[in-house]
Amino acid sequence: MDMSTPMGHGPKMKLVMVGNGMAGVRTLEELLKLAPDLYDITVFGAEPHPNYNRILLSPVLAGEQTVDDIVLNPLDWYSDNNITLHMGKKVVKIDRSARAVETEDGTRAEYDRLLLATGSNPFILPVPGADLPGVISFRDIADVDAMIRASSQYKHAVVIGGGLLGLEAANGLMKRGMDVSVVHIAPWLMERQLDEPAARLLQKSLEEKGMKFLLQKQTAELVKGESGRVAAIKFKDGDSAPADLVVMAVGIRPNTELAESAGLHCNRGIVVNDTMQTFDPRIYSIGECAAHRGVAYGLVAPLFEQAKVAANHLAHYGIGRYQGSVTSTKLKVTGIDLFSAGDFMGGEGTEAILYSDPIGGVYKKLVLKDNKLVGGVMYGDTVDGAWYFSLLRDGKDVSELRDHLMFGQDHCGNLGHQGINKAATMTDDMEVCGCNGVCKGDIVKAIREKGLFTLEDVRKHTKASSSCGSCTGLVEQILAVTAGGDYSAAPKTKSMCGCTDHTHEAVRAAIRENKLLTIPQVMQFMEWRTPNGCASCRPALNYYLISTWPGEAEDDPQSRFINERAHANIQRDGTYSVIPRMWGGQTTPSELRRIADVAEKYAIPSVKVTGGQRIDLLGVKKEDLPKVWADLDMPSGHAYGKALRTVKTCVGSEWCRFGTQDSTQMGIDLEKVFFKMWAPHKVKLAVSGCPRNCAEVAIKDVGIIGVDSGWEIYVGGNGGIKTEVAQFLVKVKTPDEVLEYSGAFLQLYREEARYLDRTVHYLERVGLDYVKKKILDDNEGRRALYERLLFALSVERDPWVERAKEGKLKHEFETVAA
Amino acid sequence: MNQWTDILDLTDIPKLGARVVRHGSLDIAVFRTADDEVFALEDRCPHKGGPLSQGIVHGKKVACPLHNWNIELDSGCAVAPDEGCAREFPIKVEGGRVWLDLSAVERAAA
Repeated sequence: MDMSTPMGHGPKMKLVMVGNGMAGVRTLEELLKLAPDLYDITVFGAEPHPNYNRILLSPVLAGEQTVDDIVLNPLDWYSDNNITLHMGKKVVKIDRSARAVETEDGTRAEYDRLLLATGSNPFILPVPGADLPGVISFRDIADVDAMIRASSQYKHAVVIGGGLLGLEAANGLMKRGMDVSVVHIAPWLMERQLDEPAARLLQKSLEEKGMKFLLQKQTAELVKGESGRVAAIKFKDGDSAPADLVVMAVGIRPNTELAESAGLHCNRGIVVNDTMQTFDPRIYSIGECAAHRGVAYGLVAPLFEQAKVAANHLAHYGIGRYQGSVTSTKLKVTGIDLFSAGDFMGGEGTEAILYSDPIGGVYKKLVLKDNKLVGGVMYGDTVDGAWYFSLLRDGKDVSELRDHLMFGQDHCGNLGHQGINKAATMTDDMEVCGCNGVCKGDIVKAIREKGLFTLEDVRKHTKASSSCGSCTGLVEQILAVTAGGDYSAAPKTKSMCGCTDHTHEAVRAAIRENKLLTIPQVMQFMEWRTPNGCASCRPALNYYLISTWPGEAEDDPQSRFINERAHANIQRDGTYSVIPRMWGGQTTPSELRRIADVAEKYAIPSVKVTGGQRIDLLGVKKEDLPKVWADLDMPSGHAYGKALRTVKTCVGSEWCRFGTQDSTQMGIDLEKVFFKMWAPHKVKLAVSGCPRNCAEVAIKDVGIIGVDSGWEIYVGGNGGIKTEVAQFLVKVKTPDEVLEYSGAFLQLYREEARYLDRTVHYLERVGLDYVKKKILDDNEGRRALYERLLFALSVERDPWVERAKEGKLKHEFETVAA
Repeated sequence: MNQWTDILDLTDIPKLGARVVRHGSLDIAVFRTADDEVFALEDRCPHKGGPLSQGIVHGKKVACPLHNWNIELDSGCAVAPDEGCAREFPIKVEGGRVWLDLSAVERAAA
């Protein structure tokens, strides 16, 4: 087939889109961003409306929003982008040989590329009376209008289907003042998202609002009344109920009629490949009508992923692939919090952790398999939904979290949002994101005004939850309330960054196995999309290279974040802070005198004692840094780097009447051996001389406690965003063993952790058992790890000495006058 | 009127890096890309005034060191959805030397 395309100055290619819904229009938006002038675009929509947010039909029905509120792309958008829009025109024919589509009324449009985004159709039960006036589905604005009209004239509504859509319809009708019964064939509501206990709680709270339920009822017939309109519903067991309005919400079917008539391969959807092309490569399909690897998705987030890929391909970039999504569900009924994801029922080979408080209206169930979270359902308290969902998606080993998993992320020590776990109870001026100072109102405004749908979008526009991430759950709740339901879905594997599809692990393996020594080599070998990466992958690659090939791979200062390039910490005003190293927190009068002199000589505005038993000189001008270092004549404290920071100590047995071991000397030894160690993230150590633990070793990456008979080693502690207590690794007898075991652990972390993972994140991923196997069970392996660390450290030099005394990278600190 | 001024050698700027050129009290960040293109921007991020010269240069962009906004080197403007622009100044390379138009710098400083 001739796939050549007119490029350059020739006539534009023609792109026709059938279906004017969310997935399709998102594809156009993505395409216009990438290649605004590549196509003449024509859009056909069967509904007489511009693109609107279908997920928000429920709030419109419930009277919480209006149709105007939910329009995503007003007519101006189409004209501003030179898109020819045919509203209210249904395409009935694709002439593939002539490459044209035709509508019912004979309108014809030719295409070079065709995008089928026909969505889905509601499934109508094939029962007598299904075609009576007053029997409708819940799919579009016309259905909502019909329901609103009926609610003002009639009393009795019956909703067939107790799934997500049915309950949202029932809730809306009830709010419009109708008497609503929900008919459901299964023994409990939302059986595809909820287990029985959660569904019973849901049923109870809906019943308290006035909704009625007819469970395990099968519809036999819809009965015509005197007016010719539906009047009652009859069931197979002989019962019946009055019904002036019947809403069928029993499911949707991909709308493949048009595609099938054109001979495109369909199998429970229009079958597409990873670039969203159908069996005719000129024809793309995305959205609810498309079947990708056997799955037709019905939630927004995966559809937007698809849209991105299709747009990318249509724009001739051809670098994106859609590889499927994991999805989760949230019900949009005001006042009801419900979340479910994955295999929530469990079954053979799985185990469940349950929390049930029927009076308080809270139910949680987490399903585990092989120490991994595979599913969950939550009712009444869903703030941790996003956290569980990410554990599930990443396939994290949760055996270490198991005993407090149920109590959520807060219980794991999350700070920074006042302990609030319900976004709905927050006022607009309350702060959601403590890192970036973003209030609830800012987020709501951005979602409304910029039409955001995904967590990523919100992060980009508002910066909320983009720093430490601890408020992610709240942001997702706000997103769910403001933009509608299904916010959380993500690609199955996480690539390093937008420059590549490869994971951190794959990149590290390639560097190791192919002996790649420079960043350009890695980028070429792994087919990076960008010419020289981005601010997120370059520092990671630089670290992977120098840690894998110490002494051979050369450090690239231009790929270092400024702090590690200038070897000082950049401050908000562009000045720097300098923290010289004080071994084990010990200093001397002469060092203190030099620090005092330097502070005065260079007019350093602030001198502060740090939390790590050192002294911080804040507000140093960049050009003064080499002179400051020279005058201090102390080693670099690496307080600016993903490197060994401080080794905090208590005074220990030399002075303390309780001390059992010389913790200060142990700390000094550790710090001297591990000095200059680069790592995936910062590394903090501490040594206490007795179990009173004055050096707070429980929140350090490696913490040592001296006891009468030796030393206990703890790993993976963290005192930051997420307070995490270190776990016991081993008890050893001698200081040499402390060095070897600690060093081996740190080297394992250096070799295997993803860049920017702290030791706690690494441990969460691999599990403590794995680390024990490597460090405790394998003596040779441990010694080899330690040797590799010592070798890597042997080629490192003190960066302050190099710059202060040897003039290395002088240009970094010099300003040019003009 | 242009006032082209020879400020430094191209090789004085590291590839994928920047130098700070000071004119009076105005700091100008002069960037060099992997392909030896040069750009001059006022050394102030439109977000919170971060020194762009200290950021990581990638492609034709620089990531501000303070909050990681990405700024387009050729326009000085933030990559969407962030909004705002840093002032840009005419700059060129001739015979391996980098020339800056000081008249534009002076207009900006005034």
